[in-house]
Amino acid sequence: MTRPARAGAAIIAVLAILVIAVPLVAPVDPLAVGDVLSTRLVPPLSRDEAGHFHLLGTDRFGRDMFQRMMLAGRISLAVGVLGSLLGAAVGTLLGALAAWRGGLLQAGIMAVADALLAVPRLVLLLLCSALWAPGLTTVVVILVGTGWMGVARLVRGEVLGVSARPYVEAATALGVPGRRLLWRHVLPNALGPAVVAATLGVGNAILLESGLSFLGLGVQPPTPSWGNMIAGGRDLIVIAPWVAIAPGLALVVTVLAATMLGDGVRDWLAGERTGTSE
Amino acid sequence: MRALLTRLSTALFLFWLVVSITFVLVHLAPGDATTLLVPPDASPADAALLRGRLGLDAPVAVQYGRWTWSVVRGDLGTSFATGRAVTSILADALPVSLALGGISLLLSFVIGTTIGAAQAVRRGRPLDHLLTVVTTTVYAAPSFWLALSLVALFTYGAAKWGFPEVLRLPAFGMRDPAGEATGVAALMDLIRHAVLPVAVLTAVGAGGIARYARSALADVVHADFVRTARARGAGPLRALAGHALPVALPPLVILLALALPGVIAGSVFVESIFAWPGMGRAMLTAIAARDYPVVMGATIVYAAMVIVANLVADLMLPLLDPRRRR
Repeated sequence: MTRPARAGAAIIAVLAILVIAVPLVAPVDPLAVGDVLSTRLVPPLSRDEAGHFHLLGTDRFGRDMFQRMMLAGRISLAVGVLGSLLGAAVGTLLGALAAWRGGLLQAGIMAVADALLAVPRLVLLLLCSALWAPGLTTVVVILVGTGWMGVARLVRGEVLGVSARPYVEAATALGVPGRRLLWRHVLPNALGPAVVAATLGVGNAILLESGLSFLGLGVQPPTPSWGNMIAGGRDLIVIAPWVAIAPGLALVVTVLAATMLGDGVRDWLAGERTGTSE
Repeated sequence: MRALLTRLSTALFLFWLVVSITFVLVHLAPGDATTLLVPPDASPADAALLRGRLGLDAPVAVQYGRWTWSVVRGDLGTSFATGRAVTSILADALPVSLALGGISLLLSFVIGTTIGAAQAVRRGRPLDHLLTVVTTTVYAAPSFWLALSLVALFTYGAAKWGFPEVLRLPAFGMRDPAGEATGVAALMDLIRHAVLPVAVLTAVGAGGIARYARSALADVVHADFVRTARARGAGPLRALAGHALPVALPPLVILLALALPGVIAGSVFVESIFAWPGMGRAMLTAIAARDYPVVMGATIVYAAMVIVANLVADLMLPLLDPRRRR
């Protein structure tokens, strides 16, 4: 693995530990609203009137930004990883099915995939979130529903390519039944692009979730996510910019780490195939 | 000619599929428009009357037929919220988005390829690493957050650090609300209002394009024919612009078409934050009001733009490639 890829993996690991651990050991409840007047909109790196130190300041209700961001990180990371992985899984299944069965099924699956790919993903997400009630489950379902097409295309191509290889022919000649052939011989060798797409998709899914939540169509307050925290700071941007800026920094770092890791996985798999990896 | 016809019919087929999928999605959604349009205390008879007037009491197949037929005739229905024709709402909003997106796309293409070319030439050197960090960060940053950060910089920051008058760029709206300026002054006002939205969209687009341009150019810059050109006495700039770029550009033009959805998506946020009356804002307003015809119409227009862009890129590719030119 390259250095950036390792750095990306390390950043994600540290973030995961932080978002799990910090809310557990936090001295105050990050959702509770206390004495608002004396604690609200404290700038970063300063103390409120009661003497509590706030690393990233407080929001309009006097809640500690850092703690809330860590709590929001749980949601954002989980939704991103889940949305991307499930989307890749659905895409793999449909792509493999299309290539394996061929015929009308293949034509149908690929036509729907092409049509959905013609609509910008955010627009598709907006359309779906306008039609169904917003919430955590809806976000994940919509992310999966709008994220499977690219992987399906890739996997279909790979399965078609691998199916023509001599070892598959050999297995067929040995009498390996169709389903077993697909699961044991074809799919494992066709999964590379799906793995890359799933890894690179995590950052994208996190961005899309935050975008939807920013618009009020994703994760609903009081459950914090980075996107709805930025939305919460939107009208304070002129007097207390940190409320909107800080969660965005967490987003940038996370998506950057996920992209570096994804790039690394892609290069590594590409090297593996041509036999040039370290 | 045959290839052209195949491409055209594929594009039309795709468009029909998008129209059908939006129909299916809207009909899969729980409830129908009448639950939103009638007051809660309305009688079931009133609701049924409205259903009849909106054509919602017809069988699904008939509704689907009507919907496709009206799209074919260029009629996208009537807005629930305002009673205006959807096409007229979108026709007002589209030019704003096209101008915003078009300028940004062009700028991001120029800036993105320049950065990518610089990286490809200096591959593995400090400049390459620095630019990789910058482009990947911009690529990773949500556009709405970049936009808000700029708003913060030019409102909170401008006041705190005392920006000079020239740099006090307006952060909201398309023109000065009190402005009665005409001619050049009005144009200058519009340009000043456009700086921040265009900057955000350009940054997001350029980040992505630079990432592709770097890898597309890296293979070409060190190709044999470029080395030959250098050996025959072409300067480094001439070898890059005259020999490497023409070969590497066609795939990048495809990128322009592929970058379009990203810019469109970015403009949804940018229009919302900077209060520009474009397609994105029209769609968000419609979503908030559960104004399905406008949401469906906007989706279809967006898809049509992407399909046309892909078609144009497809058809331009052979014309641009010097190796396939006769």
